[in-house]
Amino acid sequence: MKKILSLVMLFVLALSVVACGDQTGDINAKSEGVMTYAEYAAAALDTEVTIEAYVQAKQSWWEKDGVGVGTFYTQDGDGAYFLYEMPCSKEDFDKMTPGTKIKVTGYKAEWSGEVEIIDATYEIIEGQTYVAEPIDLTAKLGTDELINYQNQLASFKGLTVESISYKDSEWDKDIYLGVSYNGASYSFCVENYLCGPDTDVYKAVAALQVGDVIDVEGFAYWYEGINTHITGVSAAE
Amino acid sequence: MKIRLLALLLCLLTCLPVLSGCHGSRGLDPFVAPESFDTTRTYEITFWAKNDTNKTQTAIYHRAIEEFEALYPNITVNLRLYTNYGNIYNDVITNIATGTTPNVCITYPDHIATYLSGANTVVPLDELMTDAAYGLGGSEVRFDSPTVDEIIPKFLEECAFGGAHYALPYMRSTEACYINQTYVEALGFTLPDVLTWDFIFEVSRAAMAQDDEGNFLVNGQKVLIPFIYKSTDNMMIQLLRQTGAGYSTAAGDVLIDNATTRALLFDIADLTADKAFSTFKISGYPANFLNAGQCIFAVDSTAGATWMGSDAPLVDISEESLVEFETAVRSVPQIDPDNPQMISQGPSVCVFNKEDPQEVMAAWLFAQFLLTDEVQIAYAQTEGYVPVTSKAQSDPTYVDYLSRAGEDDDLYYSVKLEATRLLLDNIDRTFVTPVFNGSASLRDAAGQLIEYVTKSVRRGETVDDAYMDSLFAKITSLYRLDQKKSSATGPMELGEMPAESVALLAVLGAIWVLIGAYWFFDRKKQKKLSAKS
Repeated sequence: MKKILSLVMLFVLALSVVACGDQTGDINAKSEGVMTYAEYAAAALDTEVTIEAYVQAKQSWWEKDGVGVGTFYTQDGDGAYFLYEMPCSKEDFDKMTPGTKIKVTGYKAEWSGEVEIIDATYEIIEGQTYVAEPIDLTAKLGTDELINYQNQLASFKGLTVESISYKDSEWDKDIYLGVSYNGASYSFCVENYLCGPDTDVYKAVAALQVGDVIDVEGFAYWYEGINTHITGVSAAE
Repeated sequence: MKIRLLALLLCLLTCLPVLSGCHGSRGLDPFVAPESFDTTRTYEITFWAKNDTNKTQTAIYHRAIEEFEALYPNITVNLRLYTNYGNIYNDVITNIATGTTPNVCITYPDHIATYLSGANTVVPLDELMTDAAYGLGGSEVRFDSPTVDEIIPKFLEECAFGGAHYALPYMRSTEACYINQTYVEALGFTLPDVLTWDFIFEVSRAAMAQDDEGNFLVNGQKVLIPFIYKSTDNMMIQLLRQTGAGYSTAAGDVLIDNATTRALLFDIADLTADKAFSTFKISGYPANFLNAGQCIFAVDSTAGATWMGSDAPLVDISEESLVEFETAVRSVPQIDPDNPQMISQGPSVCVFNKEDPQEVMAAWLFAQFLLTDEVQIAYAQTEGYVPVTSKAQSDPTYVDYLSRAGEDDDLYYSVKLEATRLLLDNIDRTFVTPVFNGSASLRDAAGQLIEYVTKSVRRGETVDDAYMDSLFAKITSLYRLDQKKSSATGPMELGEMPAESVALLAVLGAIWVLIGAYWFFDRKKQKKLSAKS
């Protein structure tokens, strides 16, 4: 009986390893011709870049001029890459769950301060997976260093809510969250296409009151300055 | 015998849906105005509107609905808001298929032309407008609505196509060039009253001088894009109009691939190669660059005036990024400054047809309410919009508003009022492009030509004649410019029927002949048998 039980446990363990993917390899290992994050960061705008990274989150898939596109937050161990409106089929979009490794070739661009990869093509790479832990960037707020962490999954602790407003739009119900830290104000956002009105985070932010002190998790997106796309919120610890 | 007859009937019944199915969905009957509006019934109508991410505009819609419902307690108006016309358009198209269009909708004539491809989808307003009781200024209308003659004729004309008016103008704007006059003068230039493209190109190139550390001399910063255009579709459309080059005919023939368009694209490519030009889609909002002292000529709608300038009431950049400068407002650059031409734009409002004509009447009354002085003046004041009626334009409240430019940086913000004046003084110099089913795609294509060329130059690609050939082929395919659609301005020319359809109809005809023959011979046979017996 014990032998059977051990066998079953072994089998279940093996299955779970397969299901989770391989998180044990070098997450910064790159194929031939692929840039490291440092090389990507140093590349000039409007040049072609090829990177490998792991999907962390994605905005809604939709069709633009008859072509399906998806917008992805991706990361490797050294930095983050925002893939804006990358043409992809709905089937592949669904496959690209958090942790999935992809190889992407596109053009490095900047829109209102947000550095992103546009007009990209991709290839899904089986095997290695990686889901990033949020990096605490609270101390970097208001510093020139913050931009080096652009698009990374980050946490900010002890922020005070200054304002909450909604975008008046049927399609785009973003919540704009004004917060302050150390006397400086910042505009964060619940991006409707990332965390829509049905999500817990959307409801939690909607329920906040001016003066609340909160901890926030999200992607360090940029729009004329830090404009974190919030994925989690809780009362400050 | 009975069984055979039954079989025959069943056979006929089976064939009937096949034949009727060939004609597709019949759609709604044309709207016929009832003699009177039945106020004993209650109506619930939906109004899809656009706001420019401007809370005041949303508040005005809510107030208008409240006041309208007070006048007509039997009508409830449900508001659904959008922040861009494209999303309204997409949702309307989806809802036409399911018969769930809104009752009243803010839209562009280009879009209505596509809505009209559904049978009787949009109500032609000509009869309603002139109805003595319920028309504009009608005796039974419970508010002070303008008469037809009080709508600015040019604006009303923009809503007419296919021999009918399918919309009422709601607000009008044009584009303006918002200029950092301080930098223009620092560069040694004098700002003319009417800008030319040549002037902008010259100043923009002159502004690119940098010091040894890569700072631009004019602003002392590492970032400068002297000329940024928000809507490149308007940019191309106005350039083509001003040069007299082809864009499209009223019947929907696409003329955009011509020598002038290509020459203009080469000019834009040259300016981009000098790093002196970019677009909203590529770099960001012109207002943000202008206000940060990183742009000299920002072209955007007059309906975006409240975002422009050092003292703009609406700002999207941090306070420490704002730069002090004198803001000048001019019309869009011109080819011929003695004959300025500029686009007319801004929302119109259409009424969708419904099975219940009384519901349409309720919607019509609400659409008309949007033209009252109170709504017109309040909404126009939110941005550089112009009321669409002479009645509102001459209202003492509005005249007073215009006279107080610069009194504050809010309601009387000088840049907003200058932008408004710009359109008021140039209404006769505005134009619109022909409206037909497909004109919305052509507009998108016009803008994408500039976007692609600009992107390609930035990426170091070669932009030459071969590039242009390939670009036009790509744009033609992407926006289906070679597939002329049914025009909204006349009856649809279907051309020859496809061979497959001819074959199907022939087979169906043959089946009917065989059924008839079978029935005839069977009847004859029965008669013979009866006679023998």
